Amino acid sequence: MTQAEIEIQMLAVVVAAACALPGAFLVLRKMAMMSDAISHAILPGIVAAFFLTHNLNSPLLILAAAATGVFAVLLVELLMSTQRVREDAAIGLVFPVLFSIGVLLIARYAGDVHLDADAVLLGEPAFAPFDRLVALGRDIGPRALYAMGAVGLANVAFVALFYKELKIAAFDAGLAATLGFAPTLIHYGLMTSVSITAVAAFDAVGSILVVALMVAPPTAAYLLTDRLRDMILLSAGLGVVAAVAGFQAARLLDVSIAGAMASAAGVVFAIVWLAAPRYGVLAGRRRRIRQKWEFAEKMLAIHLFNHEGLPEADTEHRIGHLEEHLSWEQDFARRVVRRAQSNGLVRRADDDLLALTPKGRAAASEAITNL
Amino acid sequence: MKGAAAIEVRDLTVAYRDKPVLWDIDLTVPPGVLMAVVGPNGAGKTTFVKALLGLLPVSAGRIRFFDAPYEASRQQIAYVPQRGSVDWDFPTSVLDVVMMGRYGRLGWIRRPGKREREQAREALARVGMEDFAGRQIRQLSGGQQQRVFLARALVQDARVYLMDEPFQGVDAVTERAIIDLLRALRSEGRTLLVVHHDLQTVEEYFDRVMLLNVRRIASGPVEQAFTTENLRLTYGGRIAFLRSANAADAADPAAP
Repeated sequence: MTQAEIEIQMLAVVVAAACALPGAFLVLRKMAMMSDAISHAILPGIVAAFFLTHNLNSPLLILAAAATGVFAVLLVELLMSTQRVREDAAIGLVFPVLFSIGVLLIARYAGDVHLDADAVLLGEPAFAPFDRLVALGRDIGPRALYAMGAVGLANVAFVALFYKELKIAAFDAGLAATLGFAPTLIHYGLMTSVSITAVAAFDAVGSILVVALMVAPPTAAYLLTDRLRDMILLSAGLGVVAAVAGFQAARLLDVSIAGAMASAAGVVFAIVWLAAPRYGVLAGRRRRIRQKWEFAEKMLAIHLFNHEGLPEADTEHRIGHLEEHLSWEQDFARRVVRRAQSNGLVRRADDDLLALTPKGRAAASEAITNL
Repeated sequence: MKGAAAIEVRDLTVAYRDKPVLWDIDLTVPPGVLMAVVGPNGAGKTTFVKALLGLLPVSAGRIRFFDAPYEASRQQIAYVPQRGSVDWDFPTSVLDVVMMGRYGRLGWIRRPGKREREQAREALARVGMEDFAGRQIRQLSGGQQQRVFLARALVQDARVYLMDEPFQGVDAVTERAIIDLLRALRSEGRTLLVVHHDLQTVEEYFDRVMLLNVRRIASGPVEQAFTTENLRLTYGGRIAFLRSANAADAADPAAP
């Protein structure tokens, strides 16, 4: 990779990690769509602040634009509090309005500067290395990398410092309130963190990728662990994987970097969703199939147990009879018998006649007492 | 009157837009009692508990705990919400949830440590869940979830416990364990106010009761307040047959 490419890759990695931290809490609070709302609603704030600062990476612009994001959340909640509009509709109402105000502002007043509607949606990480930060007369790297790094560190500090508060407010806001933790304050703290991250990241990667990196890695991490701490760390890790895979794919295929990274985030999620060891779709299917066979074997053992030693055992214990008694297809019955045999639950007294082994008898009586 | 009431409610009104959900409630709960709040669906039982805890805006009225406002007594009051009020798929362990009961004493930023873990383990042992400490909460049954919530309230070491339907959807064994625990808390001098839905067990479990249907219909010792007449006023005519098994009410003309 060239120097510029290394810088773009580093920027992507930092953006991914910075987005994953507040993203994990958004997902847990079932507010993933709020990242969509905020990352679009900040546009008028960015444009307005840009007129003042003329610098997309100025801390003042980041804070002023982030305020627009928090304002969008306020508007959504104001609409909801009237109880005339539900949350999803309120989000759908607020962010297109704010976003389009931003688009109009750009078209009217900022057509000739480095700010256009495409860049807002998809960003352009490839431009990041051109805007250098110079300290003490020396070029110390792309400005965006430092801006994003500072925001990332702020997110780490926020989550580390208020881990307990974020956790209790996300799990049980009522308890948090009665314990004096002001869940509304925590909520707006999180929304501020999301807004600042979205503003800082938008120039480099655009709002689509911000949404992808805030939602996909945490949602995937949720399927991989039962611990909040691990979920947060995994979110950051999976985000980094998507950033690296996405950028390398963009280089190979010569396509939009932000587009490739957002797609990579989707692919990472899809892989986890399918293959997660415990909560993945495939694991669930395997578990259901195994349970189906185990249950069938248990039924077979109980059936044999019920008639064991009785005169009718001679007919009831025949494989051919299972079809009638348990209404099993002949093929299915034979497969159950084969499995039960290899698991040592039953043995064949002769070609067609089944008998329980001591292990099968124990399994049957245990199953009956647990019914 | 000797000493302050554990809970003192005067003229409490809570409204949803222009419709009162609770209307002019007065209630005095003396310390060290086990009190039920009963009433039909939509009577405002949960609203009442949440209003006491300052979780809902109150239109009018005054609420005191041991003669102090709620804000000043926060650490003295533990709340056990309905089980369904939280997401049991949240990625956390049983021990973690119980430790949340200590967060209030820890205050902002300070992390729970060894002491909090020990307290949480003790509380889990008291509800018979010590073996579940490391379990992921999504693996719990309904009764186990309820016990975890109770353990979380226990570590709060409060003087007043407000519980919303702790018996909801638990089996008979768990119900027995819970009522034993509530009685043990009462015998330690703590005050318990419990939203309850099973009228059949009110007389057996509780020493005081409030009958609520938007207004306070009656409150006081169970033998005085829990009468057929008050139940009829609370639930409407339908309640009569519920109590027809009770010999004392056999002569009630409303019974079928």
